Amino acid sequence: MIGVSSKEVKAGARSKFDLTALLRRPMVIPCLLIVILLILGETASPGFASPGQIIKLLTLAALLGTVAAGQNLVILGGREGIDLSVGAIISFGAVIAGNIMQGTNSMVVPAILGTTGAGLGIGILNGIGVTILRIPPLVMTLGMLGVVQGALVAMTRGIPSGNAAPALSDFIAQPVLAGIPGILFVWIGVGFFMAWLLSRTAFGYRIYAIGTNERAARLTGVSIWRMRIGLFGLSGFFAGLTSVFVLGYTGNSFIGVGDQYMLPSIIAVVLGGTPLSGGQGSYTGTMAGAFLLVILQSILITLQMEEFGRQIVFGATLLVLMLFYGRQRRLRV
Amino acid sequence: MTRGAGISTFTAFFRRVDLTRRPYLPAIAVTLLLLILNGFLQPKTLRPVAIAADISTYLPLILLAVGQTYVILASDIDLSVGSIISLANVVTVSVMTALGGSYGAIIAGILVGMLIGIMCGVFNGFCVAVLRFQPIVSTFASGIIFAGIALWILPQAGLAAPNAYWETYGDNLVGIPFVLWILAAMAVTAALIAKLVFSRSLLAVGGNIQSAYQSGLSVPRLRISAYVLCGLFSAISALCLTGDTASGDPLLGAKMTLGSVAAVVLGGTALSGGRGNPLGSIFGAVILGLIGSVVFFAGVPFQYQNLVQGLIVLAALAGGVTIVRR
Repeated sequence: MIGVSSKEVKAGARSKFDLTALLRRPMVIPCLLIVILLILGETASPGFASPGQIIKLLTLAALLGTVAAGQNLVILGGREGIDLSVGAIISFGAVIAGNIMQGTNSMVVPAILGTTGAGLGIGILNGIGVTILRIPPLVMTLGMLGVVQGALVAMTRGIPSGNAAPALSDFIAQPVLAGIPGILFVWIGVGFFMAWLLSRTAFGYRIYAIGTNERAARLTGVSIWRMRIGLFGLSGFFAGLTSVFVLGYTGNSFIGVGDQYMLPSIIAVVLGGTPLSGGQGSYTGTMAGAFLLVILQSILITLQMEEFGRQIVFGATLLVLMLFYGRQRRLRV
Repeated sequence: MTRGAGISTFTAFFRRVDLTRRPYLPAIAVTLLLLILNGFLQPKTLRPVAIAADISTYLPLILLAVGQTYVILASDIDLSVGSIISLANVVTVSVMTALGGSYGAIIAGILVGMLIGIMCGVFNGFCVAVLRFQPIVSTFASGIIFAGIALWILPQAGLAAPNAYWETYGDNLVGIPFVLWILAAMAVTAALIAKLVFSRSLLAVGGNIQSAYQSGLSVPRLRISAYVLCGLFSAISALCLTGDTASGDPLLGAKMTLGSVAAVVLGGTALSGGRGNPLGSIFGAVILGLIGSVVFFAGVPFQYQNLVQGLIVLAALAGGVTIVRR
């Protein structure tokens, strides 16, 4: 079932209550786990699931969720699609944005244009490598990661510089409307954009088509090259956008600020029900996956576990969650 | 798409050589090229002492890359190797210290460290081959666990390894540096493993897992074995790093994982599995090191070194993939 057709399934006559079918819906498990974890957190430390706290968690999830949007597109496109360069793009973008802004409000928009432009450019280069040069995405984006990191050092001489404009920081972390910070509205916007892109546009349908069966898609006239370059470009674009948010969130940039987003962006996509083989899944799931990941990390901090304990429990929980998600096919004779 | 005449004769040369069976040949050629370039830029780098020092610098990544190759040959990947290094390192140093630092304690530490690597490999293999988790996600998660355990055992870097351990590691044995013996032993082991039916079976699994299964191969056992070999090589890599740093550090291997994958690809092994050779990965790892050295000796301004290095590595990765593909 591809994400597009889930609506038809919902509308179809599934009158009998079917628990396994319900659990197999991509969104159900992450949402269920989010509720369970929030209850767990509230029991362990009252106030964990208070509205204010949830908004803080959602803010963190919005950072991860935005970069995961691009990752999601690349993974949906199949052919081992993956983008390891997003973390480096975020680190790179945060320095660019900080230096364009230099703490002045009027430069926020140029900064956003600069980072998203840079991200888009890097992403397009990834796409060209993957399609025209036919380099596996993992290798191409791994190589690009090194290049972007190198460019960052060349630009900064290893010394971080630049800081966020006050207006940006306020927009990211302070309530804008009804106690909700601006970044959440942006994230909702990203969500609507992705939903529109994936289920209302020809481009979106084609993503599922090339992710499911590239050959068939090509035979129906889809330009695989253009599609894939576009997907990697969008991934870079979203990483560039995330870098501005991250800068606004942390206030000033530091080297390697984006590293922590590289693999979690992939995990968020997987937890959201998009298998790494591509072709099925939705961004709504990825949003839930990003929120789930953030809650999980936060709950471990709330439990006042030591660093090592947090890591062990976090890794083990991810492995247990893997039992539910897109496992490899069973081998049959 | 038109290509320059130079490139086409270059690829034509490689087409004539059977690269499907010897995908590591370009890696050897590039290694030689870089060695010559390096010697041209700084003649001192060709002296035996310098080469021995280079080898001892590259050895940990070489070992790691060889281990990673087995996993990648079966079309899997192991993103936990860096954490396995950290874990094996802290366990080895802790055991050596706890047992008093005598020769017996050192040997016990080495054995326990290798055992840790094997156990990590079994765990990864079980998750991927039996529980059918996606290798990237699964080994990322297990890597977090291994790193956590390493932090648990040794919260802070700085526990010193016994003197006898790193002195032996850095010394000569019968007039030849100890690291060369390790390199030779590893190359021989890898060559022997390459002769086993196991290697062919692994290639079959990586080439087409379904047909490998249908032709009666025990696919899960093969994949687990690959992860075990990878864990063991990672542990040995940790032992070498320990010989270099002479201490325990819970974050020792954190940055080496992606390097090992790059080295494997540079060595001509296909990331999609089914084609490649661990011997190529040795050269892949050496290439990564030599590129850094060449960039340094070429007098690239310090702040641009990482960028130039990154660009060359990317070009090498892209070029390697393009040349080997038929």
